[in-house]
Amino acid sequence: MADVAMKVNGEEVRAEVPDNTLLVDFLRETLGLTGTHVGCETSQCGACVVHMGGKAVKSCSVLAAAAEGAEVRTVEGLADGDALHPMQAAFNEYHGLQCGFCTPGMIMAGIDMVRRYKEDGRELDEAAIRHELEGNICRCTGYHNIVRAIDAAAKAM
Amino acid sequence: MYELTYHRAGSLAEALELLAGAEDGALLAGGQTLVPTMKARLAAPSDLVDISAISELAGIREAGDAVEIGAMTTHGEVAGSALVRDRIPGLAALAGLIGDAAVRHRGTIGGSLANNDPAACYPAAVLALGATVVTDRREIPAEAFFQGMFTTDLDEGEIITSVRFPVPVRSAYAKFPQPASRYPMAGVFVAETTRGPRVAVTGAGEDGVFRAENLEAALAAGWSAAAVSAVEVSAEGLASDIHGQADYRAALVSAMAGKAVAEAS
Repeated sequence: MADVAMKVNGEEVRAEVPDNTLLVDFLRETLGLTGTHVGCETSQCGACVVHMGGKAVKSCSVLAAAAEGAEVRTVEGLADGDALHPMQAAFNEYHGLQCGFCTPGMIMAGIDMVRRYKEDGRELDEAAIRHELEGNICRCTGYHNIVRAIDAAAKAM
Repeated sequence: MYELTYHRAGSLAEALELLAGAEDGALLAGGQTLVPTMKARLAAPSDLVDISAISELAGIREAGDAVEIGAMTTHGEVAGSALVRDRIPGLAALAGLIGDAAVRHRGTIGGSLANNDPAACYPAAVLALGATVVTDRREIPAEAFFQGMFTTDLDEGEIITSVRFPVPVRSAYAKFPQPASRYPMAGVFVAETTRGPRVAVTGAGEDGVFRAENLEAALAAGWSAAAVSAVEVSAEGLASDIHGQADYRAALVSAMAGKAVAEAS
C-alpha cells in the first residue's frame, strides 16, 4: 500500500491506496470527485484530463503515487463559489456539449491550451484550437461549439 | 494492472540501488507508454522505480557545440525550450508533434529512447543528428544505441541520464501520422551536419529507425527537395501492416523527406 498525500483543488488530502492505483481512480473512488471521467482508459480520449502542477495530464495514465506532493486541480475546483470559471461559462453559453461525458476533460484541456498560448505569446486561433484538441475526443458535437466556447473563453480569461 | 510496489528515487544512485534490489523492477519515467502497457497487462513489473523527479536527470543546457537534454525532460519542455528552438529547431518541432499536449506534459525523451518503439519520433532525430546517449556508466553513439524494434544497447539496470545533440547547420522533421494514434507511418528527420547530410527514418522500417543512405547521397550533391524527390525509395525492409503496405510507406518516406528538406531550406 502507498500512503499518498497531495493537494487537490487547494485542499490537502491523504489516503492509503494500493501502489497500482491510477490518479483518476484516486480522485473518483477515494476522494469521490466524480467530475473527472473515465472514457477510453488508453490515454486517447481525454475525458480524464486534470491539471497536475498546473499542466494538463491524462489522469488515467498517471499513478496516484506518482502524484505524491503534487497540486492537482479537477473540474470541481474551477468555479469560485457560484461563479463559474470563464471556460465553464463559455461551454454553457455556446452549448459546447451534447451528452457532456467529454466536457470535464474538454474544459481542463481548454484552460491548459489558453494558458500555454498566453505564456508563449502565440495566437490561439480556430485552427490552433482544433489542433490542440487532438487529445480530446467528442463523439456528439462535431466540435464546432466546443471550438467556439474555447475561443470565447480565451478572450475572457 | 497487476500488483506492484512503487518507489520514488531521489537520486541516480538511489534509483540504481532500488532497481538492483527489485525482483523484476522497471524504471518509470513519464509513464505514457509503460502505464497503458501495464494496464493492458502486457507488462507486469514487481517494482516500479520512479525516476521522473531526479534533478540530475533534468534540464536543457548548452554543452560546447552541442545541446544536452536531461533524460527526464518532457516533450513539452523540449518543444518549448528557447535554446532548442534556436539551435535545433527541427528537434523542437519534432517534440511538439509527439502525442497530444497532455501526453507531452508527462512523456520524456529518456523514456522514449529506452523504449525504442519502432514508430517513436525521437529515434529519428537522435540518429540523424548523430547524438550521443549518455547513461549512468558510459556514452553510446546513436548508431550503436538503436538495435531494432524495442531493443537498445542499454544493459540491464542501465539508466539514460541525458542525450547530447550536436548542433546542425539546419534540420527539420516531417511525419505522416496515423490519423488515430498520431504515431508516424513514416517520419523523416533531415539534418545538414558538419559530417555531411544525414537522413533518418522512423515508423516505416520493419526493424525500427534507420538511416536512408541514398537520400543522404542525394542531399550531399545538393540540398534541395527536388534532389530527394528524384531518389526512388525502395520498399525493401519497410513495414506492411493494417495501416499501409511497404510500397505505400516507401512513397510516404519520399514525400516526408521532400517536405522536411523544403522546411529546412
